[in-house]
Amino acid sequence: MLEFLSQPWPWYIGGPLIGLAVPLLLLAGNKSLGISSSLRHICASCFPAGIEFFKYDWRKESWNLFYVGGILIGGFVGGVLLANPGEMVINPQTIADLQALGLNDFSGLGPAEILNWSEIFTLRTIVFVVFGGFLVGFGTRYAGGCTSGHTIFGLSTLQWPSLVATISFMVGGFLCTHFLLPILLAL
Amino acid sequence: MKNIKYLLFGVLFGVVLTKSEVISWWRIQEMFRFHSFHMYGVIGSAVVVGIISVWILKKTHAKSIEGEELTFGVKKFDKGNIIGGLIFGIGWGITGACPGPLLALVGSGLTIMILATISAIAGTWVYGLLREKLPH
Repeated sequence: MLEFLSQPWPWYIGGPLIGLAVPLLLLAGNKSLGISSSLRHICASCFPAGIEFFKYDWRKESWNLFYVGGILIGGFVGGVLLANPGEMVINPQTIADLQALGLNDFSGLGPAEILNWSEIFTLRTIVFVVFGGFLVGFGTRYAGGCTSGHTIFGLSTLQWPSLVATISFMVGGFLCTHFLLPILLAL
Repeated sequence: MKNIKYLLFGVLFGVVLTKSEVISWWRIQEMFRFHSFHMYGVIGSAVVVGIISVWILKKTHAKSIEGEELTFGVKKFDKGNIIGGLIFGIGWGITGACPGPLLALVGSGLTIMILATISAIAGTWVYGLLREKLPH
């Protein structure tokens, strides 16, 4: 069983299980799936700084902080306890494209040449980790949600603003991959 | 104590994100380069299952286990859906992670993503600060 679970899960197992998070949270306590909201609750609870956007009763949303805390633990369970025994299989065309952009190490979950503490004082790593992370937090809140709140929950409840947001996420990602990454990877 | 169940659900969600490899930078690159169906399959099937589940919940007038009427959190449209969406998309392309995977990556041992998570909190804070000045 453990051996079975530790293999990478195909999309038709992972996807439906992600989708089931929507009814699970609704039935368990009338909660809407949404992960980026937790970032707002952290701001509201730790650094409200008198900002209007952070003046609300975040304690009512504390379930969300437990949920994201669980995701962190889930990463440990899935990534360490149930670690994939083999190397991750990456599409050869993707590898070729990224090699052309200067990446050489395709062993981990992401590029070890960039996402690595030993590179923390290089401009490239600062851009990929700090600047990239900033855009994720700023953009998701500005958009009113992320891939979970808009793409999974919003589309599941047939809300068209979530479709607009999802298309925007994808367009941003395409533009970034094809026009921005070649510049950033050369830093 | 009533929040413990959400911690448990979060663990399950984190395991699924990790084992289906959607937290991987490479999988996100495959998606944005149209080199693999994997991410489209994950997101697409998640949405289909979500739509069917919500349809059943509405059809059967299901209530939560605490007996509450279900509400489906209305998403209002504003320009932020587009502008913020594009900004997030760029960040997604750079870090290879949306907020859930950021945390799962930290848990799975890519601890440098703690910095990306802190930056994401900072990004949210700056949005809160500038909110009135941004087009919506």
